[in-house]
Amino acid sequence: MMATRRLSKILPIAILLMGLFAAVLAADMVQAQEPQPQGPSDNEVNAIAKQLYCPVCENIPLDVCPTQACAQWRELIREKLDAGWNEDEIKTYFVNQYGDRVLAEPPRTGWNWLVYIIPPLAILGGIYILYRAFRSWSQPESEQGDVEEEQPEVEAGDEYVTRIEDELRQR
Amino acid sequence: MSDQQENLPDYPGEEPPPAPKKGVDIRGRRISFGALAAWIGIFALLGLLAAGMLRNQEGPVTVGETVPDFTLTTFDGEQISLKELEDKVVVLNFWASWCKPCEEEAADLETAWRIYESRDDVVFLGVDYVDTETEAMVYLEKFDITYPNGPDLRTEISQTFRIRGVPETYIIGKDGKLAAFKISPFISLAEIQSMIDPLLES
Repeated sequence: MMATRRLSKILPIAILLMGLFAAVLAADMVQAQEPQPQGPSDNEVNAIAKQLYCPVCENIPLDVCPTQACAQWRELIREKLDAGWNEDEIKTYFVNQYGDRVLAEPPRTGWNWLVYIIPPLAILGGIYILYRAFRSWSQPESEQGDVEEEQPEVEAGDEYVTRIEDELRQR
Repeated sequence: MSDQQENLPDYPGEEPPPAPKKGVDIRGRRISFGALAAWIGIFALLGLLAAGMLRNQEGPVTVGETVPDFTLTTFDGEQISLKELEDKVVVLNFWASWCKPCEEEAADLETAWRIYESRDDVVFLGVDYVDTETEAMVYLEKFDITYPNGPDLRTEISQTFRIRGVPETYIIGKDGKLAAFKISPFISLAEIQSMIDPLLES
């Protein structure tokens, strides 16, 4: 009887201790499964990848492109970073391998200059057109030159005009 | 009074007429130099856009067209120029390791190459399009491909042929003109042979 009572007191404490022990073990196991950082991180790879475009999937930056070709390119960037290459060296390698069109920002040479010149010119042109339009709207109509045609002043002593007016009155 | 002022005509009792606007007369309308420059710029830009769009819609090299010269640098570092392959039938295959349909024809292409290898007048060339060398070498080993293969450096060869994807195969006749092309994987060895054999008879 005494033994049963003692057991009923000890049992909850034992279960609690076992639970705590299992929790500590589980925590240790989770920690053990965390990968150790090896080589360049995804962020380092993506920092370069987002400046590149694969010709296979146009208009999708390399860092977010889901195709296998782009995954291979990202892996190539990782390999080059691991080998100690810097960002410029990697970009130059990609340009030499696949051409200028892989760059998100085209090099400032030849026809590529149009990409940098035309948009600001178009914006400036648009601003000028708007300025002209607003200015013409804010001017009073009399200054815009579309006033009613002025009647020519008739000199009082014009004999020819007097004759015409007389004839008109007679009709 | 200066000489210039003396030469001015007299307009007694009225303001002198305004000086004519600088510019050019086009069909009776006076257009200022600034406006003319703006119009020329707009038309030049439209012309460039039109040329770019036309080029994009041009499609692949057509049969009968003389194929422009190109140089393939193989993975072994050998340089092969089309000019050097005169009087030979050239089978030019565009592929990539990431391209699953390319795998469907890889074995047939290699078999075909081994059939024609002993002849002096047929050359097979593989152009690896937008690929990484590590993966490309694995692919070549996997299919035991022995004919010359190399990367499409700066995508110049693929742009010459204006390819739309991979696989694509172009067969160039002995006269240097495009004899046939296939815009998808070959379905059989017989299909490859049927495109090469007629060119060897002539």
